[in-house]
Amino acid sequence: MTPPPDNTLASVPQRSIFAHTDGAGGSLPSWAPYGAFVGALVFCAAVEAALGWFTIALMLVFGALVAIVAIYGWSRAVEGRRRAKDRAITMAIATAFGIAMAPLISLLYEVIKRGVAGINWDFFTTTSRGVVGGGGAEHAIVGTLIITACAAIISVPIGIMAAIYMNEYGRGPLRRALTFFVDVMTGIPSIVAGLFAYALFELFLGPGIQLGIMGSLALSVLMIPIVIRSAEEVLKIVPNHLREAAYALGTPKWKVIVKVVLPTAFAGLVTGVMLATARIIGETAPLLVTTGVIDSMNTDPFSGRMQNLAVYAYNEYRSPGVMKQASYDRAWAAALTLIAIVMILNVIARLVYRRYRTEIR
Amino acid sequence: MFGSQAKPQAEEGRAKMSPTGPVTETTSQAIGGAPARRAKTLEAKEVNLYYGDFHAVEGVNMTIEPNKVTALIGSSGCGKTTFLRSLNRMHELTPGASVKGDIALDGEDIYANGVDPVAVRRLIGMVFQQPNPFPTMSIYDNVAAGLNFNSSRIPKSDKDAVVERSLRGAHLWDEVKDRLDKPGSGLSGGQQQRLCIARATAVSPEVLLMDEPCSALDPVATLAIEDLIGELKKEYTIAIVTHNMQQASRASDITAFFNLDESGKPGHLVEIGPTDEIFTKPKQKETEDYVSGRFG
Amino acid sequence: MAQFDTTTNAGQLLAAASGGRRRRGDRIFSNTAVIAAVTILALLFGVAAFLVGEGLPALTASSSELPGHESFISYAAPLAFGTVLAGVLAMIIAVPLAVAVALFITHIAPPRIAMTLGYLVDLLAAIPSIIYGLWGIFVLGPAAVPVMKWLEEKLGFLPIFEGPASITGRTMLVVGLVLAVMILPIVSAIAREAFSQTPRKLQEGAQALGATRWEMIRTTVLPFGKSSVISGSMLGLGRALGETMAVAIILSVSGGVSFNLISQANPSTIAANVALNFPESSGLAINLLIATGLVLFAITLATNFLARLIIARSETE
Repeated sequence: MTPPPDNTLASVPQRSIFAHTDGAGGSLPSWAPYGAFVGALVFCAAVEAALGWFTIALMLVFGALVAIVAIYGWSRAVEGRRRAKDRAITMAIATAFGIAMAPLISLLYEVIKRGVAGINWDFFTTTSRGVVGGGGAEHAIVGTLIITACAAIISVPIGIMAAIYMNEYGRGPLRRALTFFVDVMTGIPSIVAGLFAYALFELFLGPGIQLGIMGSLALSVLMIPIVIRSAEEVLKIVPNHLREAAYALGTPKWKVIVKVVLPTAFAGLVTGVMLATARIIGETAPLLVTTGVIDSMNTDPFSGRMQNLAVYAYNEYRSPGVMKQASYDRAWAAALTLIAIVMILNVIARLVYRRYRTEIR
Repeated sequence: MFGSQAKPQAEEGRAKMSPTGPVTETTSQAIGGAPARRAKTLEAKEVNLYYGDFHAVEGVNMTIEPNKVTALIGSSGCGKTTFLRSLNRMHELTPGASVKGDIALDGEDIYANGVDPVAVRRLIGMVFQQPNPFPTMSIYDNVAAGLNFNSSRIPKSDKDAVVERSLRGAHLWDEVKDRLDKPGSGLSGGQQQRLCIARATAVSPEVLLMDEPCSALDPVATLAIEDLIGELKKEYTIAIVTHNMQQASRASDITAFFNLDESGKPGHLVEIGPTDEIFTKPKQKETEDYVSGRFG
Repeated sequence: MAQFDTTTNAGQLLAAASGGRRRRGDRIFSNTAVIAAVTILALLFGVAAFLVGEGLPALTASSSELPGHESFISYAAPLAFGTVLAGVLAMIIAVPLAVAVALFITHIAPPRIAMTLGYLVDLLAAIPSIIYGLWGIFVLGPAAVPVMKWLEEKLGFLPIFEGPASITGRTMLVVGLVLAVMILPIVSAIAREAFSQTPRKLQEGAQALGATRWEMIRTTVLPFGKSSVISGSMLGLGRALGETMAVAIILSVSGGVSFNLISQANPSTIAANVALNFPESSGLAINLLIATGLVLFAITLATNFLARLIIARSETE
């Protein structure tokens, strides 16, 4: 028995939020957004030149704003309001992206430009000891490598074993608790990690001590959660059926982990470790507090202060020598060296991943 | 009705325990082209399987006969894979899973106190639905994986012999003998599954369990595996889970039919018997309905 | 213990294995793993414990004993204020930009270059913070001076732009901008993750109704990703609160609580204050700094905890 026809719905005008309310039906050419942008830039440049305030930055910013208005107006006339709004907002988003990228470009440009001024043979081969207004960063470079290596030696085994525990042994609530605590650890400010390492050693060795290994400890506090997080991700990806195949052959659990899971996850683990190292290598604050400032070369992490690139850069800026610009140049050069090391580590990490990654179906 | 137990074999076939375990015996047999190994009987008594509180399989009583292929059939979710995995103590690897009842390999209760599940899995091997060669290892290392993971140092010549024996037994030797050091993942699906079979037999198990080994393969590869199974039963006891009834009727000697009353209830064994009987004159109506395609 | 029938092959193998030889390897390995997990917890609680332990002398000392002869509260409060001000400012600037960047990469840029753009944004996160500090003081600060002058002229009636505008650029506004750039990659990475996981069904549903791309984004992607963006913002805030070097280098400090963003006189942040004063401090002064570190730890803990709570709550919806 069919219900009587209900016409009440038909009489109400249907209004979807996407209903076409404007009539314009044309379409802008595909080069329209780019054209609008270029046109706006030209327009702003002309205006600025006429007013006498020409700067590139201002031209870009105002050019972008003008372009957004222009594309809106143009599209509104040809295509209608909804499409105009879409185009305008898309251009605004693209502009925002450009604004976000500008600092990166500026940063890299400035670091390279200013850093190159300070790069010379001396920079890499001499220390600051006994030098007035000159010297180099050799002790800082060596210090950075030693402190970072020690931090990695502490963090990597602990981090990977903890990730193994969480992924292969952990049960529900315990594992969730651990994940929570690791998350908390990722939020520790770097200065706090430095203060912790200082306080720990002060307890055992008395106040005022500053050692390379203290810096490594502080960096480990920052590095361990990063290693755990990435190791966990990688271990999770190893398919369970590989573990089962190994169990079915009569393999004890620890051998399943060591001989099947870890080799399969190897590339990802190495990448994770390298990226974690790249993250902490530039940390200044904890090292300021723990390893201190020193002018001469020290290769023993267990005795005396150790210089490192980040603190060196800060120091050259903060207490420039007699020749200020030379000190600033060295600070930038140290910054450039740091960035170079970070980039190299990142690139190597990606290459290692590509080379050793296992095809898992 | 199938309660006859295989009697322990005569003295000459007895394994001598050496530092490397039964492998040595097999090795020498393989080299000498000796008689087939005795396979073993698996007997299940009142087996109930749980995932936490969920009762997945109830009250299974059956015997898996030596040197025969027993097929476990039934629609999806009726517990046949769960039961299969309890036979080599893989079921308990799932967190919260538990087993009640007795499962005995030639009279030895594999779930008894003090029994090491790792040793059980040496004796009862498994081949999975998805071929899963270890991606970081070569073909040679894949086959030898069980030996490498387990025993202490085996001389290379012994290992070579075992690898060759296993690959021959899996009908894969001729195809891969020239590229044993290439990764296992470079093979086709059917070849990979045969590689997994070779890997499983390399540790000389008594029983081979197969969980839908052909469901991921094309018909040609499937036929090759079925032929292989026919060969393998001369040496091993085989139990195979399959949802393909034609495969069960082609490749098995004994068929066990599992079913579920309704979703949420535990699966149970409905009937077990010689394959032709099950498919032509089954004793239970449920069985008849299933094999004639009325459901499932 | 089971008795095995050693006349069968099975019995022999099972008997040999029940000796516990294999169990030892398992035990050693699993114990090592447990020790590692416990070490993590110990580290975390150690941080809290040591900070409390070494900070306590300053917390319990009277005003006359502390350097500067002020109470702990009056010492730490402006620092806490400065920390939160800088962090919130960074968040206000960074979040809309990060959302725009994430939208651009996931929905607007051609897929082939989207991945490269993602790498570029992540590159911002790899740059050490000292470099941001140097860039801020040598590049951005001076460039911002004319802008701040203009702000003072046109919008000086607002307390945040009261001025007088700094001539070196070492102001809270510049610090906020630099911190924003530093936390942008974090927020945008989380937003990208969320936006790219908007279910296809939802998006295609909107498109099938004839929605323009922006309308589809507005009605499906943004609501879906809202809670991720919020929690990502809080994580970014946490990072900004703890940032030391950029602030230490850029900010010109004179101590008071003030909302004036463009002047020479700014409150410091806890982290920067520690970095600037630690090298020359000793005795109770160090305890004082450590105590402020404890306050910072508490603030960042609370922020991160809130962020996780939001994630957890959105996952149960």
